Amino acid sequence: MNSKNTATIGYGLLLLALIAAPFLGAYPVFVMKLMCFALFASAFNLLLGYTGLLSFGHAAFLGGAAYVAGHAIKVWGLTPEVGLLLGTAGGALLGLLFGWLAIRRQGIYFSMITLALAQMLFFACLQAPFTGGEDGLQGVPRGKLFGVVDLKSDLVMYYVALVIVVAAFLLIVRTIHSPFGQVLKGIKENEPRAISLGYDTHRFKLLAFVLSAAIAGLAGALKTLVLGFATLSDVHWTASGQVILMTLVGGLGTLSGPLIGSAVVVLLENKIGEFGNLLAALTSVEWFKTLGESVTMVTGLIFVICVLAFRRGIMGEIIAWLAQRRAGNSAKH
Amino acid sequence: MEIFGVSLPGLLSQLLLGLVNGSFYAILSLGLAVIFGLLNVINFAHGALFMTGALLTWMAMNYFGINYWLMLVLAPLVVGLFGVLIERLLLRWIYKLDHLYGLLLTLGLTLLIEGVFRSIYGVSGLGYDTPELLEGATNLGFMIMPNYRAWVVVASVVVCIGTWYVIEKTKLGAYLRAGTENPRLVEAFGINVPVMVTLTYAFGAALAAFAGVLAAPVYQVTPLMGQNLIIVVFAVVVIGGMGSIMGSILTGLGLGVIEGFTKVFYPEASSTVVFVIMVIVLLIRPAGLFGKEK
Repeated sequence: MNSKNTATIGYGLLLLALIAAPFLGAYPVFVMKLMCFALFASAFNLLLGYTGLLSFGHAAFLGGAAYVAGHAIKVWGLTPEVGLLLGTAGGALLGLLFGWLAIRRQGIYFSMITLALAQMLFFACLQAPFTGGEDGLQGVPRGKLFGVVDLKSDLVMYYVALVIVVAAFLLIVRTIHSPFGQVLKGIKENEPRAISLGYDTHRFKLLAFVLSAAIAGLAGALKTLVLGFATLSDVHWTASGQVILMTLVGGLGTLSGPLIGSAVVVLLENKIGEFGNLLAALTSVEWFKTLGESVTMVTGLIFVICVLAFRRGIMGEIIAWLAQRRAGNSAKH
Repeated sequence: MEIFGVSLPGLLSQLLLGLVNGSFYAILSLGLAVIFGLLNVINFAHGALFMTGALLTWMAMNYFGINYWLMLVLAPLVVGLFGVLIERLLLRWIYKLDHLYGLLLTLGLTLLIEGVFRSIYGVSGLGYDTPELLEGATNLGFMIMPNYRAWVVVASVVVCIGTWYVIEKTKLGAYLRAGTENPRLVEAFGINVPVMVTLTYAFGAALAAFAGVLAAPVYQVTPLMGQNLIIVVFAVVVIGGMGSIMGSILTGLGLGVIEGFTKVFYPEASSTVVFVIMVIVLLIRPAGLFGKEK
């Protein structure tokens, strides 16, 4: 069995599981939230894993688009598909602006600039009248898709969200395997060489940045539609840190990594309180009960461990293991 | 006397407050620049180390009755030792990797440190009294100057200038600068570069803690007090460029003052003005005011 077949079977099983999930007892809203973060992380990975640019400001695109979509649907009374499109466009526009500014500097400065710009947007959102400040934008109605399909039912919303997320993910896969994606990889490996081959690397990087921001925006807009609100926590820098962690845990520069990584991180944040209680019951150390309130501590620890000892991430390790086994098998024959 | 409808004493007191913030920007961006020069790591944990300095000061006062002046020495020492541990146990393993892993590792460290303190102290502010010696204010005739704020500015400037002097004018500093340029050659001259790297990180950490002690009576002490500060300091570093020690100091102080003025004339923009300036500098001089693009 070659690697392509293994991957196809893996994705097929994942898709089947997602289609069947609501009937297997999974809570649709939670799975939708997971899918939004998976898409967000995949968009981020397009930039970090395949272009080599560490954006530390991706929360701006997620959160900014969440506000745009929420405002468009709630205040302007637009239909959900228009809200999603406007959110995506908002993300793309912000991405164009951030990218255009940040690409002027290389390496670590690029990360610092994107972080600072995102923080600027955070403060702007904190003060702007239409974001609802600390309370956020509440009570965004789901409405009717194309004015026909009522999204009020979680089940209908679920399948619409699934189609959107799968389509966006396929777009990312297509991009990575296109000639454009190959150029991005070339820039990641050796930028001076790409320049000497005649590629305008600035333009390629900017395009990748805008694409990544747009898809992150789509994820944010979809999240607003699903949950019915947009809050400051989506624009906060910790959300940018979170998406880095998701990608790192899952596996940088692997297509499936962000999907797995986002599931791991979101599940961890939701279940860590229960895990702490379990540990407290097992070890009778009372302190473990506070674990639920100290998610940041655990995330920090995972970050440190990942960077020091586990840089390939979950999927990176699995892929490397499969490749090694295959090499071992063919050597025997 | 009024300037643009703002009374002069009011303006000057905001200016002083701006200088206080600027002092913290200066000390922190200085530490970041020194660490980056030798280690090639952007120390995201700088804000957390600053917070640790402030929180240690608060803890020492409340648990052991150790006063402010002693902590001004002890806190940087303790945090400096902590810095030695961080460098020896964690950072050492990633020097050969891409820059971004240094940022990610120190980001994780930040979350870890803040998380630990948060699980103990929560997020509400802890008050710390101004030391007796510096209580009250001095009437300068044209303004009432709070003594403690003046002290913060003076102490910071002295420490910054001292650091500048050591790095630019002494033999030790010459080794450091040479290590920044070409560590292997310096090692060939018989200088123990790994120890120098460790001490540099420890020194940067101690500087951050020193700023933290100074900040304890000015700001509310909370486990999250370093978070927002470090992002502003990143913007300061982008504006100034990390090539010059004096550049970092001047940029930090200058931006603090500008922020102070913004608070008087257009308060809504005071939290974003540093970022706006960063955008303008990127448009006009992408390498930063004092930077050299490699």
